[in-house]
Amino acid sequence: MTADLAAIFRAEHGRAVAVLTRVFGDLEIAEDAVQDAFATALEKWPVSGVPPSPAGWIITTARNRAIDRLRREAARTGKHAEAALLHAETEPVEEGAVHDDRLRLIFTCCHPALALNVRVALTLRMLGGLSTAEIAHAFLVPEPTMAQRLVRAKAKIRAAGIPYRVPYEADLPERVRGVLAVVYLIFNEGYAASSGDTLVRDELAAEAIRLGRLLVDLMPDEPEAAGLLALMLLQQSRRPARVAPDGTLIRLRDQDRTLWDRGLIDEGHTLVRRCLRRNQPGPYQLQAAINAVHADAATAEATDWPQILQLYDHLLALDPTPVVALNRAVAVSEVEGPAAALALVDALNLDSYYLFHAIRADLLTQLDRSADARAAYESALGLTSNEAEQDFLRTRMR
Amino acid sequence: MNQYLLSIYQPDGPAPAPEVLEPILRDLQALNEEMQAAGVWVFAAGLHPPETATVLKASGGDVLITDGPFTEGKEHLGGFTVIQVEDLDAALHWATRLAEVLRNLSVEVRPFQS
Repeated sequence: MTADLAAIFRAEHGRAVAVLTRVFGDLEIAEDAVQDAFATALEKWPVSGVPPSPAGWIITTARNRAIDRLRREAARTGKHAEAALLHAETEPVEEGAVHDDRLRLIFTCCHPALALNVRVALTLRMLGGLSTAEIAHAFLVPEPTMAQRLVRAKAKIRAAGIPYRVPYEADLPERVRGVLAVVYLIFNEGYAASSGDTLVRDELAAEAIRLGRLLVDLMPDEPEAAGLLALMLLQQSRRPARVAPDGTLIRLRDQDRTLWDRGLIDEGHTLVRRCLRRNQPGPYQLQAAINAVHADAATAEATDWPQILQLYDHLLALDPTPVVALNRAVAVSEVEGPAAALALVDALNLDSYYLFHAIRADLLTQLDRSADARAAYESALGLTSNEAEQDFLRTRMR
Repeated sequence: MNQYLLSIYQPDGPAPAPEVLEPILRDLQALNEEMQAAGVWVFAAGLHPPETATVLKASGGDVLITDGPFTEGKEHLGGFTVIQVEDLDAALHWATRLAEVLRNLSVEVRPFQS
């Protein structure tokens, strides 16, 4: 029962906080009210059973609890509580027919006036329903530090007037990109963590995918939201094959492809095909398409590298960054050979990026320049603190 | 409605040459007029350089007066605009316009206590 309740709370947290933030005009009041309602549910549901609409029950209970609390506070301290009560009188509890309240909540949590690590923490707390302790653990930060980060964020949202609504039309593309970036950052923290324990990481990746699905539901007309979800699903599909039993990383070309999760691949493929039909390509959709080509190949040798290179050409045109150019160089080495790729890599200014040195080392090895390769592996080793990545590099050096 | 202070920070040292400064001041004037027309403008001012500042501090019945700015840094408050708008997104919209007019100077947005 308690495990079921925890799952319900996690699933309904975002919706409940979103509706109540609209009702009370304040994120912190909403969050506290939802906590209260969850505590009440924990007492009552084991006796009375789970109500037919758990979300509705939680929202109604939270609203009533908050009103009781605000009335007591208004009598004592005044203005802020009173304003929230007034706000609640005019706002219906039902969700609007047009907009899911969670969409507004996402834009508030991912507001560019908040620091990136704050956006990530707020999104996981409010929409993901993760506890402060869980988020602190995932990001290797002491719990009081994370708690304070969240308190400060809510104080800034209130004081600075960060709005609780979908942004202006003119700001929308930029702001949507910002939201997608936060979700992909959460995924990457889970998928290719720079440090830390695997179990928590798996959960972060799963949470990012859950948020990705939510974004696709909430923004059905945004092709990049679908692209991001497809990208995460296709990357996640390789997770079972990506790490050896001893914890070392296995490169794509050496992975046991029978371990790939076909269910995730099929879902990713369907999304990529839908994106292709829509024909409004963006960086996430192109990366998803590249991953879909990999997923299509039964063996590493069967990979359609010319098609991957073509997709990278397109991606580099849209997103001309050194990291994209580096990844494109890997495709170039498969199509035109390591010498052509090395010339491209050497022209990049990515000296502090460990993958730059790892890829260089790999190309140098293919060109039989073992001393240079060794030096490049050493540089790569000095730039990553992830043990699995370090082990992988050491194996390559032998 | 909320009020926001848009502070303009500029590097210490001599003012830019007139041919650089004049078009900036002209754009700034135009932006102020646009803010007024939009009904968001409350107040705006440019300040003399920090060397003209005087700092006072009262302690134990005495008031200590010192010559010069409160903090010495590489940049100083060069001027400010106060606007009254719906929320931070609206404030950031006008602050963006101000930052564009001022080229490389930083603009800080802070909410007034209501």
